[in-house]
Formats: sequence, structure tokens, C-alpha cells
Amino acid sequence: MDLKKRVEQCLGPNNFVVAMIECQGDLSVEVPKRSVVDVMRLLRDTSGLGFDFLSDLLGVDNLDLNKPKKKPKKKTEEGEGAETEEEPKDKGPVSPRYEVVYLLLCLERNERLQVKVRVEESDMEVDTLTPVWKAADWPEREVFDMFGIRFKGHPNLKRLLMWDDFPAYPLRKDYPLEGQGEERHLNYDD
Amino acid sequence: MATEAYNGGGWIATKLEWLINWGRKRSPWPLPYGTACCGIEMMCALAAGYDMARFGAERPSFSPRQADVLIQAGTITLKMAPAFKRVYDQMAEPRCVISMGACACSGGVFRTYSTLQGIDKLVPVDIYIPGCPPRPEALLQALLMFIEKTEKSQPITHKKHSDLLVGT
Repeated sequence: MDLKKRVEQCLGPNNFVVAMIECQGDLSVEVPKRSVVDVMRLLRDTSGLGFDFLSDLLGVDNLDLNKPKKKPKKKTEEGEGAETEEEPKDKGPVSPRYEVVYLLLCLERNERLQVKVRVEESDMEVDTLTPVWKAADWPEREVFDMFGIRFKGHPNLKRLLMWDDFPAYPLRKDYPLEGQGEERHLNYDD
Repeated sequence: MATEAYNGGGWIATKLEWLINWGRKRSPWPLPYGTACCGIEMMCALAAGYDMARFGAERPSFSPRQADVLIQAGTITLKMAPAFKRVYDQMAEPRCVISMGACACSGGVFRTYSTLQGIDKLVPVDIYIPGCPPRPEALLQALLMFIEKTEKSQPITHKKHSDLLVGT
């Protein structure tokens, strides 16, 4: 059976599917945030699905998603010109701003599945997946480090890539690439 | 007397310095601190094709306490900075730091929140090698500059090794 139908059959009865998109042969399912652990257990343990491998876990910041793109100025014969074109309106910030994406793999049938969870700025907490997959430990720490999304129940939610005192979340879109002048104070007592 | 001062040190002092420098200059034990692609070039310079052993540097010292030259080959991130500083602090004087490659010299293309913008912000650097990555010949030239610098150093009259200028 088609993977899409199988996933629907598995998650549909519990109303776990918010949206389902198939693009270029890749299936992506959006699920409600509060039930992410149940969804993962279902996807892992249901026979016929058996997504037994968490290949990656990542965060997404959609801050600039709805901003109008700068169009290249069209050159007309009169020189500069073409200013009469209406600029596309700014639709405002995307809500919810963040996503957490889980990339699953079924080793038996070599099938892949994307599971997405949307995270509101007002409630930046997602349940941890470490009870389901041990492999979620470090990726969740990385997402916490880079985006500030907290994982509830994580055994060791510390920064992974930046040092412990680092005050910001650098992969957020409103964080400048060159940093905000954070300084590393060397401490030899550790 | 032979020990009386002319032009700085006396005859015995200068000859003794010459002897110490002669002993030191052909056996610089490098501490290879390869953190990025420059490290590959450093390995290449150490291996048979370029053969750093010709200049006495055939014994990479992975313990900082026995090393003379710290070859920093690659990017230092701010996360790594304390470990790097600690390694430098453990080296005994006289010590020399070679900053190899654009990342070590200035941060290179990584002008970001996470990268140390040049290791000279953290430790004094004696010799800079530009390049991304530099060829092994450039590292060999840096070793030759180290030798040149060692010849000029004054271990008895206690002039700081890092105060001496190399080159023209």
C-alpha cells in the first residue's frame, strides 16, 4: 500500500494529522505539538510502518518567510524606470514562527518520512523524544542551543555547540551572522 | 676580562648563547594543532614528500610541555578557545607560535559569532602564514624563519624570544 495511505490509517483515527504534503516523492506530515511522542511511538511500533530510525531532528525559523522578496529592477529603454510596479504587501510575521522537523527512516523498507511540529513563540516547549529514540538527545540539545526551543523531559538540556554562558540563540533569523559582540570569558576553574 | 660587556653580552656569554641557539635551532619540536584543512597540509609537510625532518621537526610533540613550536593549523572556534589557550600556557619558554592559514590569522571566511577572529587575540603569534590553505612550502618557510629567529635569540641575557623580529 501507498505510504501516504498507511500513515493516514495509522494516525488518522486519533486525529493526529494536521496536514499532509507530498512533494517530489517525499511525504511530510504535520502533527499537533502536544501529541508528538504518541505519534512517534505509533510510527515506530505499528507494523507496516516501522519507522525505527530517527535520522535527524532540526529546527526551523520562519521569521522572514512572508516578507516580500526584492525584485530585481527591470531595465527599460528609458533607463531606471519601472518604479510604478506595486510592491507585494508584507503579510506580517508568520505564525507560528518555529518548527521542529523530525526525519524518520524505516530501515526495513528504506522509506522516509518527515514529521513536523509547529511551535508558537509564546510556548516554546516540545516534549522530548529521548524515551522513544536515544538518538534524539544531541539533536534536541542542538535545536535548543540554536533556536531556544526547550524540550520537556530531556535528561541533559545543555547547550551543545556554543559555550554554556552564551546569551543568545544564533540560528534565529533576527540574530546577526557576526554576532552581537558576545565575548568568551576564559575560566580555568572548570 | 673575557666576560666583560661589549655590545651587550661578554665573549663567554655570547658564545654560550650561540651554542644554545645552535642546539635549539635544528630541533624544533612542533606541536601540531590541526583543526581544519590546514592540518592536512601540515601532515603533508610532515610526510615524505616535503619532509619537515630536514629541519629537525620530525618529532611532532603531542604533549605541549615538550614542544617548542605550536603550529596552529586551522580555525579556532570560541568554544575551543579555552582548550587552545590552555595548551599554549602549558608550553615551556622559549616557545614559538606559528599561525597557519587565513582562519588562524584572521578568522578567514568565518566572520561569524562562533569563530575566533585570529588566534593573536588569544596568544602572541610569532609567524603568520597566509593562504587558504597554505602550501607545505609555506610551512617549511615558516620553519626556516623560526630557525632564523632562534639564531638571534639571547637565552642568557634574557631577551624575550617573542620580542625578536624575523625577516628583513
